[in-house]
Amino acid sequence: MLLNVNNLSVSFGGVHALNLDHFSLRDKELRVIIGPNGAGKSTFLDIICGKTKADKGEITFNGKPILGKTEVKIAEAGIGRKFQKPSVFPGLTVYDNLLLAAKMKKDIFSSLFFKATPALAERIHAVATKLSLTTAMYKMAGDLSHGQKQWLEIAIVVLQDPTLMLIDEPAAGMSDEETEKTGALLLELSKAHSIIVIEHDMKFVEQIANELVTVLVRGKRLMEGTFAEVKNDQRVIDCYLGRTNAQLETL
Amino acid sequence: MRTKTNPLYYILFIAFFAILLPAGYLSGFLSVNTISVWGRYFCFAIAALGIDLIWGYTGILSMCQAFFFCLGSYGIAMHLLLKKTVAAGAVLPDFMAWNKIETLPFFWQPFHSFGWSLVLCLLIPALFAFVVGFVLFRSRIKGVYMAIITQALTLAMWLIFLRNETNLGGTNGLTDFNTILGYNLSSSSVKLGLYMISFAVLCAAYFACYYITHSKFGKVLQAIRDSESRISYAAYKVVDYKLAVFVVAALLAAVGGMLYLPQTGIITPGRMDVKASVEMVMWVALGGRGNLKGAVLGALLVNFLYSICTSLFPDSWLFILGFLFVITVLYFDKGFMGLVESIRQRLANTRFKTPQTTL
Ligand SMILES: Nc1ncnc2c1ncn2[C@@H]1O[C@H](COP(=O)(O)OP(=O)(O)OP(=O)(O)O)[C@@H](O)[C@H]1O
Ligand SMILES: [Mg+2]
Repeated sequence: MLLNVNNLSVSFGGVHALNLDHFSLRDKELRVIIGPNGAGKSTFLDIICGKTKADKGEITFNGKPILGKTEVKIAEAGIGRKFQKPSVFPGLTVYDNLLLAAKMKKDIFSSLFFKATPALAERIHAVATKLSLTTAMYKMAGDLSHGQKQWLEIAIVVLQDPTLMLIDEPAAGMSDEETEKTGALLLELSKAHSIIVIEHDMKFVEQIANELVTVLVRGKRLMEGTFAEVKNDQRVIDCYLGRTNAQLETL
Repeated sequence: MRTKTNPLYYILFIAFFAILLPAGYLSGFLSVNTISVWGRYFCFAIAALGIDLIWGYTGILSMCQAFFFCLGSYGIAMHLLLKKTVAAGAVLPDFMAWNKIETLPFFWQPFHSFGWSLVLCLLIPALFAFVVGFVLFRSRIKGVYMAIITQALTLAMWLIFLRNETNLGGTNGLTDFNTILGYNLSSSSVKLGLYMISFAVLCAAYFACYYITHSKFGKVLQAIRDSESRISYAAYKVVDYKLAVFVVAALLAAVGGMLYLPQTGIITPGRMDVKASVEMVMWVALGGRGNLKGAVLGALLVNFLYSICTSLFPDSWLFILGFLFVITVLYFDKGFMGLVESIRQRLANTRFKTPQTTL
């Protein structure tokens, strides 16, 4: 197993945001996590990437414990994160955003004397092409549309070339067509990377969930199964009931 | 988007200050004092470049740049004063004798040597910035807290330098120097020389900062300014970058201070009081933060304006500066350079756009 999580819990001001008994991920697996708003999905990814400190529990990645490590150490170990609210560097061009992300030495002296190699430029352009960013290459990232920012942040994660990608709501704010394209991209990426995707859009989940889907509810793991199993599970249906009918209907 | 600068502007700038002003002095149109005053402004501009790096590019508002500037000035002042004392056959500078000090304090000793003075003038501010930065950045202090803490630190240092017991001349500071490396400081040619050296150092500092801000390092700084939390998930150690730029900014301030001293002939704690440290930040704010040309022009123009205002309407300088600052914050958030840029763009638009108001 690439990622192993046991008895992970965190609470904010007495409220249990996450209380996860067990979670594990195979190498090159694409896992989808679903669950109602506030279920603790983002919090789970926050803990893995070092943004939030867990109260207790253990997480091993590649056999090594990562809880308590700094964000930089975790990123260096090969975990990349796309946040729910697209976070790019608005004052830099798209190209510079990608350049900063690209896998290379990142200490101050390497940055000061950095010279772009043709191979790197080519790689950046290849990723940008995949995410339809070529025409926006020299625009300020802050001027991009919401959907383009989502893609830029995915491109940032791709260029980091992590072993494990944590992708939080990639399709939010995208048109159907864009969503479909994002799904196809994630499927392609999953051939070379392990990926955890959080998503609400059930059509999108159906597209990408070839393997397991994990359902989180109120910080706990409700169930885990294939998309068909999850879709027909009475408990899953119940917990979505009365929340948003739209979500229920698509389920 | 950042546009590339026409090299003509650089050539004009250099021609004006390196050829026209000295020529004006040599042909008798300008007094040597005018030359010396501009030489001092160059020193401020060097410090302003540092402020632009740490504040404009990295988004860390450091209010202790005036203190670093003073550390540079005091170091050179101590050396000059010791040289004068020794030449006069004394052991202690006059003010110490008046304070009934019997032996030269230990920290004055290395300043007998010019070489050591230079080293210490750079080393002390760099170390200070490193230690302060290490503590503050490690504990993730940011934004307005950073500004308040650094301002408080400067205030504390100001109070320490004011005390006679510190043995740095107290309120009166250090003054009354004769020579630097054997050259007479009151001679016109030495003043011109110092002016030229300051200008050369300003140019060198500008191009060094230009290199830094255009390197990948500079882009990381801007990324830290835009979204500090995001950049660490891309495996950049934010603390290292902040520390490095803080030390560089401290060094630039110190270099400015070192060159400033022989041209003014006096340094007092007043150079690092609250007003002085706020003013230094204002040069960059008015010139245009996040823009190296803005920092240099801001420092030069604000100080030039200051010299005009103090002779035309004395006592009103702070009001004028405050007014300019409010206007800048409210209307031209990118300062003078931003204003120039937007005017240029508007001109370009009216010239090239086909009129769309015909319907
Ligand atoms: N930093 C924080 N401080 C306090 N409470 C928090 C914090 N982060 C999350 N929470 C709370 O923890 C709970 C889980 O939040 P989380 O963002 O993980 O939910 P989510 O499953 O990602 O929901 P959504 O689908 O809306 O994104 C919520 O009740 C949220 O209000
Ligand atoms: Mg979330």
